[in-house]
Amino acid sequence: MAESFFNEMYDPNGLRAPYRRLEGWYQDMPNEFRALKQAEAEDLFRRYGITFAVYGEGGDPDRLIPFDMFPRVFAADEWRRLERGIKQRARALNAFLSDVYDRGEIIRAGRIPADLVYRNEAFEIAVAGFRPPLGVFSHIVGIDLVRTGPDQFYVLEDNCRTPSGVSYMLENREVMMRMFPHLFQANRVAPVDNYARLLKRTLASVAPAKCDRDPNIVILTPGHFNSAYYEHSFLADLMGVELVEGQDLFVDGDFCWMRTTQGPRKVDVIYRRIDDAFLDPLCFRPDSSLGVPGLMNVYRSGGVTICSAPGAGVADDKAIYTYVPEMVRFYLGEAPILENVPTWQCARADELKYVQEHLSELVVKEVHGSGGYGMLVGPRADKATIEAFAAKLAENPSNYIAQPTLALSTCPTFVEDGIAPRHVDLRPYCLVGRDVELVPGGLTRVALTEGSLVVNSSQGGGVKDTWVIAEE
Amino acid sequence: MILNVLHKTRYEFATPVGGIIQSLRLIPARCEGQTVIDWRVEVAGAVMGEVFRDGAGDYIQTASLRTRTSNIEVIVNGTIETRDCAGVLRGHRERVPPRAYMRNTPRTAPNRAIRELAEQALAGMEAASALEQAHALASAVHGALPYLPGATHAHTTAAEAMNEGAGVCQDHTHVLIACAHLADLPARYVSGYLNASEDGTPHEASHAWAEIFVDGLGWVGFDASNESCPNEHYIRLGSGLDAQDAAPIRGLVLGGTEESLDVTVVIEAQQQ
Repeated sequence: MAESFFNEMYDPNGLRAPYRRLEGWYQDMPNEFRALKQAEAEDLFRRYGITFAVYGEGGDPDRLIPFDMFPRVFAADEWRRLERGIKQRARALNAFLSDVYDRGEIIRAGRIPADLVYRNEAFEIAVAGFRPPLGVFSHIVGIDLVRTGPDQFYVLEDNCRTPSGVSYMLENREVMMRMFPHLFQANRVAPVDNYARLLKRTLASVAPAKCDRDPNIVILTPGHFNSAYYEHSFLADLMGVELVEGQDLFVDGDFCWMRTTQGPRKVDVIYRRIDDAFLDPLCFRPDSSLGVPGLMNVYRSGGVTICSAPGAGVADDKAIYTYVPEMVRFYLGEAPILENVPTWQCARADELKYVQEHLSELVVKEVHGSGGYGMLVGPRADKATIEAFAAKLAENPSNYIAQPTLALSTCPTFVEDGIAPRHVDLRPYCLVGRDVELVPGGLTRVALTEGSLVVNSSQGGGVKDTWVIAEE
Repeated sequence: MILNVLHKTRYEFATPVGGIIQSLRLIPARCEGQTVIDWRVEVAGAVMGEVFRDGAGDYIQTASLRTRTSNIEVIVNGTIETRDCAGVLRGHRERVPPRAYMRNTPRTAPNRAIRELAEQALAGMEAASALEQAHALASAVHGALPYLPGATHAHTTAAEAMNEGAGVCQDHTHVLIACAHLADLPARYVSGYLNASEDGTPHEASHAWAEIFVDGLGWVGFDASNESCPNEHYIRLGSGLDAQDAAPIRGLVLGGTEESLDVTVVIEAQQQ
C-alpha cells in the first residue's frame, strides 16, 4: 500500500519531542515484564468493574475494552491549539441550540436550511421558546477528532447529548499511574483527575433559579443493563451524588423529588444518561418506564434542570455537522480553528452521484448512525460489500453522508512482537456551564487490527491513556 | 358568542390505586377568536402545579395525587367569549416554527390510500393557492371518511382509518394532516370543544380539527368532519403533532391500571 500516515512518535526527522522520554521505556522493557504488566492492567480494570457491553453483538456482556499501555502524547503547544478549537466549537454548538429554539436567526439569515433543523427528528417542539438556565443546552460536549499531520486535525463528529467514555479517560490514567509510577516522574503529565470536580461545578452552575441552596444533583441512568452503566455509577461516586433510575424520582406539584429513607428530597439538576424519547411518558413516548412522568412540565416551568437539555441532539446530527464551521463564524465572529472533514450529503442529487461513482475511495455513514455500525470503508471493502452497500444507498440516499478516507495518524501500540503503529482518534470532553472548561486529555481510541481505521470499541478498538506534557 | 363549558372526566378504579399524575392542556389561550371570561380546572385532592405556556402557546399544568384513591375527577368549568375569524388563528402567541409541523408520527403516516386521496384531491390544482389546496384536501377527507362512531378507536392511525373507510373527528384530522404534509403544507392536530347543539349534528362536544399553515395567512383551521372552518362555535384548547401529542389530558395511573372512564361535556350558548 502506497499510503503514508503521520506517526505521532516518529516522523521523518526522527523521534518527536513529546515522546522523547518514552523511547527508553519501551525499548528496555523485557517481554516477560510486559506480559506481566498487561495482565496486571487487565486485573485492575476487572477489579474496578470497568467493562463494556456491545449492543446487538451478544457474547460476554462483561467484556473488557482492550487497554493498550503505550500512551498517546501531546505537547503543550499542540494541546493549546486543540483546546481553543474544542472550546470554540462547544460554544458555537450551544449558541446554535439556543438560537434554533428561540428566533432562529441563523436560519433567517439563510446560513442553514430551515428544513434541516425544523424537520429534524431531534428538534423538540416541546421545548421551542424555552431557555434553559444560562442558555446552555449541551453541558458535556464530546468532540471526535482525528489527526492527519503535525498540525492537521479534523472533527469527525460532535456529541451534544450524552457522550460516553470519560470514565475510560480517568481509569486509563489511574491504571497507568499505578503500574508505571516512574513514568510520571520522568514526564510532567498534566493531571485529568479534577474532571469530576469540574463536572459537578458545571452542573451546579446551571441549577434552576428556583433553587436557593446548594443544588441537589443526581445522575439518571436507564439501569444496569445499559452498556454505560459502569460509567454512570463511577461518575456518581466521584462527584458524591446519587445515581438514580426513573422509578427513584417522582413529580409532585412544581418539583421533582427523589425517594430517600429520610423521605422525599427535592432534585435540582439531573444529569441524564437516557434519551429524550424516554424522559417523560407524559410528553414523549408514552410506553417509557425509564423516565419520570411529568418531568418535562417541571423542567419547562423552571423547577429542575435537565443536562443535556432535551432537544440538544439537533446540533450533533450528521446532516447539521457540515454547518458547524458556519456556526462558529455566525455566532462568534471567529474563524474556525478546527476543520470539518469534507462531507458529501447523499440527499443532494449531484453529491450522491459523486459518492456513487467513488464508493471505493470513500467512507459512507448513516446520518443517524453511531458506533461504527452500518458504515462502509470503501478502500477496505471488497467488491461484493461495495455492491451490497450501493444498493442500500440507492434505496434511501438521504440516510447517508460520505467523507474521504482520512490518513489517520498512528501511535506506537503494543502488539504480539514488540510495538507497531496503529491508527488512533481522540474524544475530549468539554464542559459548558458558567464557564467553558476542558481537562488536558481525553479518550484515545486505537484500531488494534493492523491497517484498520475503525476505532470503535464495538469493532475491535481499544483505548490508551492520553497525555498532555506540561510546559517545562 | 358567550359559551359556558362544563367538562367532567371521571376515572373509576376497580381497586384503589397509589395515585395519579397528569399533564393538563385544558385552558384556552387567548387569540382573536376567543377570550376567557372565567375558567377553572379542578382535580379534587390533587396538587396543582403552576400553569405555564409552552412554545406552541398552550397553557400546561401538572396535577398530581399521591394518595390511595379509587376514583378521580377532572372538572373544567368556564365561560368564554368567541368570535368568527373565518378559521384563521389570529393573535395567538407561539414560538414553534411552522416547518416543525411537517413531520409525521405513526398516527399521521400516509399509506397508499391516503397518497391517492391527496393526489386526486389536488389533480389539476398545481397552480392553485395553498389555501385552495387545503380546502380541497379537507373536502376530500370529508368525502372519503363518513362519520361513524365506533368504527375506530383511540389508537387508530390515519392509515387504519382509511382502510376502515369511516371514522370520527380524530381520524378525519389525522388523515387531513397526512394529506397536507404530502402537499408540503405544515399541519397540526388541534383539540378543543364544539358547541354543536344548534346545528343539530350528532358530534360530541369534545372535538378535534386540523390547522394547516398557509403563507401570508398563518395557521388556518379545517374541520374535515363538518367540512367547515372553525367559527364562533369552536373553542381551541391546544395543538400537537397528533391526537396523543395534543391531548387535553395525558396521564398515568401509579400502581394500577384498570379503570373506567366517563366523560361528559356540556356546552351552552349564553342568552344575551
